[in-house]
Amino acid sequence: MGTMIQAKMSTWWTIMKIALEERLVYRGDFALGTLMRFLPIITQIFLWSAIFMSVGGGDMQGQEIKGFTINTMIAYYLLTMMGRAFSSMPGLASGVALQVRNGEIKKFLIQPIDLVGFLLLNRVAHKLVYYAVALLPFVFVFWLCGDYFSEHFQHSTASWPSSSRLAVFLLSLVFAFLLGFFMEVCIGLISFWFLEVTSLLFIYMLMNFFLSGHMFPLDLLPDSARMVVDWLPLKYLAYFPAAIFLGLVPEDRLWAQLAVEVVWVLFFILASRWMLARGLRRYSGFGG
Amino acid sequence: MGMSMAELPDRDPAAAVLRPRYLKVFLTFARNSLVRDMTFRVNFILQCLTSISWTVMNIGFYIIVFQFTKEIGVDTGWGKYQFFIFLATTWLINSLVQAFFMPNAQEFSELIRTGHLDFALVKPIDTQFLISFQKVDWSALSNFWMGIALLGFSLSHLMTVPESPLELHPVVFLLYPIYIFCGCLIMYSVMITLAATSIWLGRNQTLYNFWFYLTNFSRYPMEIYWRSWGWSLWGVFTFLIPVLVVVNVPARLMAQPVSPRSNWELWLTGFAVLATVMSLWVSRAIFRRALMSYRSASS
Repeated sequence: MGTMIQAKMSTWWTIMKIALEERLVYRGDFALGTLMRFLPIITQIFLWSAIFMSVGGGDMQGQEIKGFTINTMIAYYLLTMMGRAFSSMPGLASGVALQVRNGEIKKFLIQPIDLVGFLLLNRVAHKLVYYAVALLPFVFVFWLCGDYFSEHFQHSTASWPSSSRLAVFLLSLVFAFLLGFFMEVCIGLISFWFLEVTSLLFIYMLMNFFLSGHMFPLDLLPDSARMVVDWLPLKYLAYFPAAIFLGLVPEDRLWAQLAVEVVWVLFFILASRWMLARGLRRYSGFGG
Repeated sequence: MGMSMAELPDRDPAAAVLRPRYLKVFLTFARNSLVRDMTFRVNFILQCLTSISWTVMNIGFYIIVFQFTKEIGVDTGWGKYQFFIFLATTWLINSLVQAFFMPNAQEFSELIRTGHLDFALVKPIDTQFLISFQKVDWSALSNFWMGIALLGFSLSHLMTVPESPLELHPVVFLLYPIYIFCGCLIMYSVMITLAATSIWLGRNQTLYNFWFYLTNFSRYPMEIYWRSWGWSLWGVFTFLIPVLVVVNVPARLMAQPVSPRSNWELWLTGFAVLATVMSLWVSRAIFRRALMSYRSASS
């Protein structure tokens, strides 16, 4: 029994090592790409400053939009970038769909490796490399924009995150990763039934962008829309971690909200297992 | 080789073959792309819907924003409908760039990596022309019509509001398409410059991202940069990489009342033409320079 676990561990470790090395091949390209992601935040700062200025008729200090000051807004956008660094899974669903379509998935049928597990390890490795590269620019940008955070906490009822709130924040990031991963895997696995999932994936990306809070804080939505969006899993991908950090979620509801997120994660894990099992049963591979 | 071509008599049909007729070649490219698009018609329609839904979402964001504010920036004149004209202008320019240049620029990076650029180099036609216009993504033009629709809707609203309706000088309707065209050319120059860098870098996967992030600065009225360190951004993206004039100049022509026009607006409008010419010239120089350092990949 012990040796079996040991063997399994070494398999996973090898997969992880390969993925890490694979990711480091085009280092320059990768580092450049990471840095560029911070460019849009600059336009966001200026756009929202202009908006808050016109709300306040020339002075944006003390102006609020649905409880957001300019400082809350910028801090929010920075934090959603952090959430997205965990939850976004570029190329995952389309990769799964491609493997199903061109038959590459066959290799998982004859090798003692689980498809979803393999993808998960790959993704973890990619993300780890990403954080290693992105840590410095992230720290730098957050340091530059530190004032937005301190101003926000000075003028709102919320204080800097306590250790328990910080813990929920970090957990929400980890769950954002898992939720993003398993949701995309599920969409990719739909290709067992429909070969072409590009348009479906597109709808998902669109909804994700608009309703996860990546584009704007969900608080700005009209109340009726907000109610619906609150029940969707998408908000956990970007809005929720940011809202926790900024103290926008009432303290007594933190853990309950986190529990809802965990239920969503479990739901998509089970869905992916079920879909993989059902899909493989109806899958037929030809040729070599 | 140029000499022998020139010596051929004009009536010789071979001479006509040797000297490419660019317009005809371009029309053939465009037709081929259309034929290819029409082969997979459902896919084409889906792609159209795809690009349209992005723009719808885009406007959704601003509808939300304008629930809370009357304009973007104090006394800038960018109210809701003026800004929609700005947005429509962005869509018009972006759709044209995405239809005609984007698929080619993306392909170019791949041509370098695989060494297939060799085939483009040996063809008796200008290499920059060949790699810039080979493909047309017709589905991207669906946003062009979205832009026209939004423009028409916003204009008709602004021209019929009871208090100080917008009055447009007829010359605006002549200048607007010209500046849209200039805007496309500036965007093209930025893109071809970025594409040329993939010759030096070997691979440039982030090309599209970089282009997106750079042109991101063009998507908002330039007034928002007119404070503190925004001025330096304004300077860089107006004079060095002139993406800020791309949308701002035509949109301002259309959305803001003709009089009073302040001096800087006139200067800016003149400058946009200069910026277009300069961008084209510089980008072509960079492209040719980059081609010199092209070493084919092993075949």
